[in-house]
Amino acid sequence: MFRNQYDTDVTTWSPAGRLFQVEYAMEAVKQGSAAIGLRSNTHAVLACVNKANSELSSHQRKIFKVDDHIGVAIAGLTADGRVLSRYMRSECINYGYTYESPLPVGRLVVQLADKAQVCTQRSWKRPYGVGLLVAGLDESGAHLYYNCPSGNYFEYQAFAIGSRSQAAKTYLERKFEKFPESSRDELIKDALFAIRETLQGEKLTSSVCTVAVVGVGEAFNILDQATVQALINEFEISSEEAPAAATAAEEAAGDAAADQGGAAAEEEAAPMDI
Amino acid sequence: MDTLLSSEGDSQRTQYPYVTGTSIIGIKYKDGILMAADMGGSYGSTIRYKSVERLKQVGKHSLIGASGEISDFQEIQKYLDELILHDNMWDDGNSLGPKEVHNYLTRVMYNRRNKFDPLWNSLVIGGVKNGQKYLGSVSMIGVHFEDDHIATGFGNHLARPILREEWREDLSFEEGVKLLEKCMRNLLYRDRSAVNKLQIAKITEEGLTVSQPYSLKTFWNFAAFQNPTVGAEGSW
Repeated sequence: MFRNQYDTDVTTWSPAGRLFQVEYAMEAVKQGSAAIGLRSNTHAVLACVNKANSELSSHQRKIFKVDDHIGVAIAGLTADGRVLSRYMRSECINYGYTYESPLPVGRLVVQLADKAQVCTQRSWKRPYGVGLLVAGLDESGAHLYYNCPSGNYFEYQAFAIGSRSQAAKTYLERKFEKFPESSRDELIKDALFAIRETLQGEKLTSSVCTVAVVGVGEAFNILDQATVQALINEFEISSEEAPAAATAAEEAAGDAAADQGGAAAEEEAAPMDI
Repeated sequence: MDTLLSSEGDSQRTQYPYVTGTSIIGIKYKDGILMAADMGGSYGSTIRYKSVERLKQVGKHSLIGASGEISDFQEIQKYLDELILHDNMWDDGNSLGPKEVHNYLTRVMYNRRNKFDPLWNSLVIGGVKNGQKYLGSVSMIGVHFEDDHIATGFGNHLARPILREEWREDLSFEEGVKLLEKCMRNLLYRDRSAVNKLQIAKITEEGLTVSQPYSLKTFWNFAAFQNPTVGAEGSW
């Protein structure tokens, strides 16, 4: 995607039928640090890579609790993510106040998507530069949704966003078929493995990642560092000897190429078509 | 106009009710909820309308009964129609249950009360969703609670003592109807705005049925009804 005469305004179409500003917003998501989500029939897990700018500063918050039954992980412009989290919390609280009942995740996600769509059709606005993985629980079970700056949303069994997310996606694609029946701990283990994929050889410790869970009988909560480190040790994920390692090394090379390829090809299908 | 006293211009507030329905009685029973209401609409002391339906379905899972001002109940039905319409428009497999409807109406009633313009009703909401039975009531000032058996208006004084004695968790349908009829008969004898034409509605997980209107058998040959004023001072 190179600069062209149709990319100044969000309300300008290109002759190929694309809105470049929206696609650039989706680029911002790809540049953010990785976030992954996966779900079973009863639980949903969010995990993200937490990189601090320097050793002196704290990590940036990328996972937010929205309500007892919903949480969100973001990638991209974290300020935009914070503002959208506030909106989601507000919607949940208002619904709970009126109906004494938790807001169904699917409805919150549609409201969020409609809010994002508005920003793609007003000349005085810009699209939100953040992708959101919304994990929640309602009457019909556990859900995981991905909300895009374009205003699209999709439901997933498992997904990953942000930089080097392709590596995590490849891992998840191999494993997702068993997720519906997985236990809570198995899901967390798979989440940590997926996060490790995005680190590309760097050591996985609880100081570089955050994990959160929501499920039947368990309100959305972010696991504390000690618990996460204990799980990492238990599953022996930090080292490269885990079974996924051998195949992951080959795929990492291929995935890196795929990441660059997607960005360079401007005549291929627009990213919003995914 | 007198703009000093009524600066809102034409103040259209409910000061008192005109056409009213009397008690509603609701009980939980084994399979769901039973509710009874007579079909009278009184205009003060006149029994003006005798075919008023005061029990209505709300969405898939709920039943509402209203006592008090009938026109305000019609207004509430419009609010509920809109609520259910938007709920259905989501088309996502989720639906509002009796608990949600009850709380929504509580918000509506309480907000109107705060504006000194109440909807002059006492409402009973009952239903079953996902196997859970629910029965609650809201008053015109927003007082709301849930219980195993509910009564409004005169039913508070004449029906609830009977229900407190005789209600049980595992009432069958026939036993529930008998219990409701006992309460309704008592109201018929003692509430001057009661009419002898009632409907009983049943709501279970499967759905709602409202009975056809029917009448209760009454017995007027109680000794106390003969020469009722004998021995009363100042009577003739």
